[in-house]
Amino acid sequence: MTEPALKIEGLVKNFGSLVATDDLHLDIEAGEIHAVIGPNGAGKTTLIAQLSGELRPDQGRIQFAGRDITGLSMPARSALGLARSFQITSIFPDFSTLDNVALAVQAHAGHSFRFWQPAGKDQSLRRPALDILENIGLAARAAEPAANLSHGEQRQLEIAMALATEPSVLLLDEPMAGMGRDESGRMVELLRGLKGGHTIVLIEHDMDAVFALADRITVLVYGRAIATGTPEDIRANDEVRAAYLGTEAAIEVPHA
Amino acid sequence: MDRRQIWLSLATLALFAVVPPLTVIFDQPFYMDMVARIMVFAIAAVSLDLILGHGGMVSFGHAVYMGIGAYAVGILSYYGIDNGFLQIPLALAASALIGLIFGAMSLRTSGVYFIMITLAFAQMLYFLAISLEEFGGDDGMSSMRSEFAGLIDLNDAMHFYYLVFAVLAGVLFCLHRLVLSRFGMVIRASRTNERRMQAMGFPTYRYKLAAFTIAGTICGLAGALFANLNEFVSPDVMHWTHSGEIMIMVIMGGMGTLIGPVLGATAFLLLEEYLPQWMEMAMTDAGEHWAIIMGPILIAIVLFGRGGIHALLAASLGRNGNNGSKRDD
Repeated sequence: MTEPALKIEGLVKNFGSLVATDDLHLDIEAGEIHAVIGPNGAGKTTLIAQLSGELRPDQGRIQFAGRDITGLSMPARSALGLARSFQITSIFPDFSTLDNVALAVQAHAGHSFRFWQPAGKDQSLRRPALDILENIGLAARAAEPAANLSHGEQRQLEIAMALATEPSVLLLDEPMAGMGRDESGRMVELLRGLKGGHTIVLIEHDMDAVFALADRITVLVYGRAIATGTPEDIRANDEVRAAYLGTEAAIEVPHA
Repeated sequence: MDRRQIWLSLATLALFAVVPPLTVIFDQPFYMDMVARIMVFAIAAVSLDLILGHGGMVSFGHAVYMGIGAYAVGILSYYGIDNGFLQIPLALAASALIGLIFGAMSLRTSGVYFIMITLAFAQMLYFLAISLEEFGGDDGMSSMRSEFAGLIDLNDAMHFYYLVFAVLAGVLFCLHRLVLSRFGMVIRASRTNERRMQAMGFPTYRYKLAAFTIAGTICGLAGALFANLNEFVSPDVMHWTHSGEIMIMVIMGGMGTLIGPVLGATAFLLLEEYLPQWMEMAMTDAGEHWAIIMGPILIAIVLFGRGGIHALLAASLGRNGNNGSKRDD
């Protein structure tokens, strides 16, 4: 077995008396789509924040392809190939769609202490950015200010920006948040297309999407992983059903 | 970059360019000095716009760099060194160094803390200047005009005017390029969402620090010109009210537009000059209370004129874009 893409060991994060991450052990295998599900407040976004470097864990270690990255900053982790998309759409609304992606390309195209040549005419940034927009189906909207995109398109742009940093691991925080059925269907196709080329940690409330995409699923409750396994394992797991029914009866685990 | 913004910039500079011949024709030399003063402040305001308007860094101590530039010239002059080719580089180097140091510490904070710490650093140097008895303490000291080996004579009002004009035009052009460069993209995007920038891999601190230092350096240049304008240097130039005035110029003119702060500096200093006179005409002894009118004007601009003078002018120039209040860069 090869080195896991991400190895999480004994991760603990407290906010005062609230335990957001509670002695979490998890291996994310290279190339898999690993969904993390759980009721609201289970600590999913806190986990992503620790993986991306925004939050420092109180205890525990995170390894990225065998390297300890626990002490690294967000930009340093991004440079290693870890990209994150945000639950709340975090695009640059004043910039055009293409500018948004070109900026993400720029992030990994050497330092940005370049003061004179206009970035907007720099083909070494524009061309790769346009390629990504084409792949993701947003090329027609390239010149549009990002603020004018529909919610679904903005979520796609969010993914495009993460992809533009050429990551090996994508941390996606609820990419389908607020999407209609058609839009999330397109997002599922988009993510499926990324499979293989990228390792994906997917946080998502849309259970149809999770069960359609995930190779493995981890169920988080009060910061603890109560189960990890294939979608079939999780569907059959009594503890998972109890946890979900106990806290948030509204979420149903769909049958295949 | 909006086309209207470029036209507005060129038109403004063209107007500045024709002031000296007009003052000669109409024999009103006073106006040449006044507009030179406006342009000196415009340089300071444009430099603040780089970090305030484009970078979202609300520095409330920007006048301190004007003070450093002014004192660099004044202190050298005090020791008999009037060579501008020495004074100007030293003024730039000193303000760059202080900008780097203050920026390095201030940028570790954000929000209100950033505002307060930049203010505190500026006041610190203000009081330091007051304590320097050798250089006149709070009375300040006179300073000879810089010599440029006979190439330009700053005692000639026309020479001085066009030197300041050239510096302003040069600063506007360079910052225009900078804002659109890769560096500028990072600065502007960091204003909108610094967290996202870091997640994408930009170590934003060092870019913001570079922008802060550049802004301080340019403001130091304005200070060196200010010392030459007045032939006098005093701690007042660094006082926090002065920093506030520069900030008002930027906001009045339109943040993040570069030419806006030039218009803002013009409007502010013209009002400061003429408002008391107009009020004096309306009512005897009213002139000294000019701030009663100035205050509400500023509040009205902030409340109702989002985007400042620049937005008003750009909107009246043409409607080929979206609404004028939108920041177009």
